Amino acid sequence: MNIHEYQAKAILRKFGVPVPDGHVAYNSAGARDWAKRLGDGPWVVKAQIHAGGRGKGGGVKLARTPDEVRNISREMLGMILRTHQTGVEGKLVTRVLVEKGCNIANELYVSLLVDRATSKVTVMASTEGGMDIEEVAAKTPEKIFVEVVDPLVGLTAFQCRNIASSLGLHGKLVGKASSLLQGLYTTFMECDCSLLEINPLVVTAEDQLLALDAKFGFDDNALYRHPKIADMRDYDEEDPKEIEASQFDLSYISLHGNIGCLVNGAGLAMATMDIIKFYGGDPANFLDVGGGATIERVTEAFKIILSDKNVKGILVNIFGGIMKCDIIATGVVTAARQVSLSVPLVVRLEGTNVEMGKQILAESGLDIVAADGMADAAQKIVQAVKGVDQ
Amino acid sequence: MSILIDKNTKVITQGITGATGLFHAQGAREYGTQMVGGVTPGKGGTSIDGFPVFDTVKEAAEITGASASVIYVPPPFAADSIMEAVDAGMELVVCITEGIPVLDMVKVKHFMRGKKTRLIGPNCPGVITPGECKIGIMPGYIHKPGKVGVVSRSGTLTYEAVWQLTAIGLGQSTCVGIGGDPVNGTNHLDVMRLFEMDPKTEAVIMIGEIGGTSEEEAARFVKDHMSKPVAAYIAGVTAPPGKRMGHAGAIISGGKGTATEKVAILEECGISVAASPAEMAQALMKVYKP
Repeated sequence: MNIHEYQAKAILRKFGVPVPDGHVAYNSAGARDWAKRLGDGPWVVKAQIHAGGRGKGGGVKLARTPDEVRNISREMLGMILRTHQTGVEGKLVTRVLVEKGCNIANELYVSLLVDRATSKVTVMASTEGGMDIEEVAAKTPEKIFVEVVDPLVGLTAFQCRNIASSLGLHGKLVGKASSLLQGLYTTFMECDCSLLEINPLVVTAEDQLLALDAKFGFDDNALYRHPKIADMRDYDEEDPKEIEASQFDLSYISLHGNIGCLVNGAGLAMATMDIIKFYGGDPANFLDVGGGATIERVTEAFKIILSDKNVKGILVNIFGGIMKCDIIATGVVTAARQVSLSVPLVVRLEGTNVEMGKQILAESGLDIVAADGMADAAQKIVQAVKGVDQ
Repeated sequence: MSILIDKNTKVITQGITGATGLFHAQGAREYGTQMVGGVTPGKGGTSIDGFPVFDTVKEAAEITGASASVIYVPPPFAADSIMEAVDAGMELVVCITEGIPVLDMVKVKHFMRGKKTRLIGPNCPGVITPGECKIGIMPGYIHKPGKVGVVSRSGTLTYEAVWQLTAIGLGQSTCVGIGGDPVNGTNHLDVMRLFEMDPKTEAVIMIGEIGGTSEEEAARFVKDHMSKPVAAYIAGVTAPPGKRMGHAGAIISGGKGTATEKVAILEECGISVAASPAEMAQALMKVYKP
């Protein structure tokens, strides 16, 4: 799950990490009022959407007067912001963050994440603030510094000093950096983060450290113990089909092709997309119905796939372990009847209760193409969809 | 011979009175596994469908002589269950539970340092030595005793590989599902080492997916130390960058761990990589003459 920048900064503030003074506003008059209350300008107005690259798309602007804050906010609110991360469709701006500007002397980078290789929380820092860290890693890996945190003792004072030193910080800034890093570590652990990225972390002309932007990734598996964070979820930022899917515990990701996929297991679902592509087709989605799916969930999965207007055919690929094939078959038949299915449907079933499943499909009277094996299934659906297109 | 488990392995189920735990304990027993009991705190002293139930793993291990445990405990309590089994001295712990918070697993990994227990999973289908012992949720009937080892992060994709092998008459020595989570007990490399040492295993199929470097590490071992032929398949060639495909581990970040890169490294290490998931057994047959 992701959150907005203003929410991220509120969390950081709570854990003692210094961030610029600022407030969210939902209309231009409110933005102007907040600018006045924050004190002297200049101010920065930042569009709040869940995507990076906002500055280049016109989503971050400097204002010299409260009236300018109002005018900029008026332009931003309601606009469709397009960045390299939003795709061509862009995202609607419904709120802005009004923040006090600062005098930037230097831009740095710091992030925390769980490293799979060591199974430990790791702090990553770089002198190249404001840049894509992936790009820094690829071009100048010597500018990235890493400290691995021992789970028993946590992030130590000497590790913080090491990071500060590698970032070229001296004097009082070492202590400030250490306290900021401890704040980030506490935030990461207390909030069950999967990623916490401060980019840029700025050194101001007044020798202050400030987290100028913040990106959180939360571990979805741990959200049950953080109801306040779960409440920050902004449904407007997500694909409506993905939201509906998540309400039924289905793992669904919308793609751009025309063959809908309903599969059990994440690995098999990815492999199904791969084999559709291998035979010249294009998958419309990733959908994992999971292990313990009920008839209701399978029916919902079917409806979600069909609500995508690009879908010209559906491939069901089930290898039943926990999931029983008769349940999938009943779900497929129920859903196909409910939505009066009008696109070709290819079903490949294997595993527990496979004969019952095949029988349910055959006796349904519906136009379902049965397939033997993944290759056969993929070829049949790619062929069927080509037929529809012509 | 086989790896990890055989016909002599005695297994207890943690979370045996839950619907999922009981269902799969029954399934494993029908398959012929020595399922000797289970644990549900507060229900010790009772029994369920012939399985004696204990309050603690320690007690269950002492009385039943079990050396392996399988966990079907809900995610908020699963990390504690793993540590309980480790503390009770279990040789093998297989955690099926999906959805354990990653920071809980960081603690578990730390807790396990210096202890003898091997953890498989979490978020995995389990381990099976066909014809002898099944610990987990895989459909037993698709397997056939034989000489090909299978190791995979994905459950259903493992079944797919096994099904292809069985269909061409090739049985399996042991199939290990290591799970899709970013922090897990056993990785591809660990299992590859075990297969290399196992006299019964003659060849191996390794199934991986995007994200991380577990497959690459195993591939380097294959190149430098492995005497047996290995085939592989990597899922996720078509996955869009940055999107999370069900498994938390399956995130492509910064051009590291993409399917294309993985395939290239595996091939460099002399592994026969299947072009499509329907060709895993065929890819093995290119390098293995049974």
